Amino acid sequence: MQAIVSINDLSKTYQSGFQALKKINLDIAKGEILALLGPNGAGKTTLISIICGIVSPSSGTVTANGHDNVIDYRKTRELIGLVPQELTLGAFDTVWNTIQFSRGLFGKKKDKTYLEQLLKDLSLFDKKNHELRTLSGGMKRRVLIAKALSHEPEILFLDEPTAGVDVELRKDMWNIVRRLRESGVTIILTTHYIEEAEEIADRIGVISNGELILVEDKQTLMHNLGKKQLIVELKEAVSSLPQSLATYDLTLSDDGNKLTYTYDTMSDSTGITALLQNIHNAGLALKDLQIKQSSLEDIFVDLVKEGG
Amino acid sequence: MNLQAIKVIFQYEMLRTWDTLFQSIVSPVISTSLYFIVFGSAIGSRIQSIDGVSYGLFIVPGLTMLSLLTQSISNASFGIFFPKFTGSIYEIHSAPISFFEILVGYVGAAATKSLIIGFIILLTASFFVDLNIAHPLWMLTFLILTCISFSLFGFIIGLWANDFEKLQVIPLLVITPLVFLGGSFYSVNMLPPFWQTVTLFNPVVYLISGFRWSFFEVSDVSVGISLAMILVFLTICIVIVGWMFKTGYRIKQ
Ligand SMILES: Nc1ncnc2c1ncn2[C@@H]1O[C@H](COP(=O)(O)OP(=O)(O)O)[C@@H](O)[C@H]1O
Ligand SMILES: [Mg+2]
Repeated sequence: MQAIVSINDLSKTYQSGFQALKKINLDIAKGEILALLGPNGAGKTTLISIICGIVSPSSGTVTANGHDNVIDYRKTRELIGLVPQELTLGAFDTVWNTIQFSRGLFGKKKDKTYLEQLLKDLSLFDKKNHELRTLSGGMKRRVLIAKALSHEPEILFLDEPTAGVDVELRKDMWNIVRRLRESGVTIILTTHYIEEAEEIADRIGVISNGELILVEDKQTLMHNLGKKQLIVELKEAVSSLPQSLATYDLTLSDDGNKLTYTYDTMSDSTGITALLQNIHNAGLALKDLQIKQSSLEDIFVDLVKEGG
Repeated sequence: MNLQAIKVIFQYEMLRTWDTLFQSIVSPVISTSLYFIVFGSAIGSRIQSIDGVSYGLFIVPGLTMLSLLTQSISNASFGIFFPKFTGSIYEIHSAPISFFEILVGYVGAAATKSLIIGFIILLTASFFVDLNIAHPLWMLTFLILTCISFSLFGFIIGLWANDFEKLQVIPLLVITPLVFLGGSFYSVNMLPPFWQTVTLFNPVVYLISGFRWSFFEVSDVSVGISLAMILVFLTICIVIVGWMFKTGYRIKQ
């Protein structure tokens, strides 16, 4: 893996004495979409803020493209765009002025064509000359994205991009994210909505209480930790489980209509064939079969419970 | 050097002036005119000339300084305070820009704006009195040094303040009294000896005195001391800003 961002033993203790990050180690691959999952207060924003240079680390290092983000901050910051969690925008400047300002801050020459296209992509073009304070929350979020992209960054951080965002913007946002990824931009987003990570990420990191408790390929994660359930609907209800099925991890629904069998997708044999055979032998007739796979959400809840 | 960044900060701040044109430029003009009508013409005509300078003329440098100091401080402090207040400062922190460049952008814009206001006030004054400047270069030197020093001072206040009250308390409670008691409207020599001594602890006295000298060649303290004092003040501000930057005081978590 070619790491574009490399985080080594990163810790942060705030002035209040609170330790928000504990020895984080993480490599972010060039071109990937990494989702950082974690409950509120886990330390996601702190981690992003340190990488972007907004918060100073207490110990440890961050490099981007091989440059240390404290010593060589100009080189690293040029690469990075950030969409912050809060709607932190000025009030009296116009959309156009604020994105021009952002681009200039990052040392880039004016580029009217690029910025106009950016506004069009974000459905902001007709708001070009509006003052920021007159915009709705969703529009402000779009402006923040435009600002982050104004200097054509190679790495984009999105801190809880969909918190309190309407469906349309969410859809637009994912389209933009996908398009950026296709053009080679590395994207790191934080969220506490699991579906989001599931929908868009290549890899998923889970942060809890300032610790990175897991980073894994999304597929592997779901595969490794995923449990499947086979639900067997019976033609006729039974009052109790037949003796011959007692060795299986089976539960019977209250109405006696359904058997639920939980199994691990990782194990060599799932035991399904034998189970079905045994059900047949016990004289039960099948009406239907159903398979349920646990979502990331279930996995996540399990992990955080263990971690915390 | 990220010159592009300095340029956009500067432009952004200057643009803010146009957006608040009335407050930024028209209001100092109006207040100066009022001072001239009241002190220069109405009352001034009954006050005898000071050190051979008519009263209306005598108050020009002090009035200019009064506006210059308040404007420099309020512009520079607001310029950096407001992004802190809205949270949009995150962008400046995450940009490839050094603290020095931030400083040049904000303080440069505030000082430029004050300088423009200074000229406008002098221009306004010239409609009321017959203004002759004895040492234009010295006048310009004092003007520029004052604008830079007090913009820097305002920048420090803006960084330090974490609410609107703190932002306004120093200009209101410290600067205005110092300027009024700093010989804007009178010569220090007119005070009783005890108060003359007290006055010498007021740094603004030196500013106004030196500035006034560049107009009329009359001063309360020698020009050299005036110049030295303003350079000392400038140095103190630079040291404080440098320290704030080094320690991240009120700048970074
Ligand atoms: N400036 C600060 N001073 C002290 N504690 C802070 C500060 N900022 C954040 N924290 C604390 O650090 C923890 C992590 O916060 P944060 O990184 O914002 O979490 P997340 O983004 O995962 O919700 C929280 O408990 C929060 O209260
Ligand atoms: Mg957060």
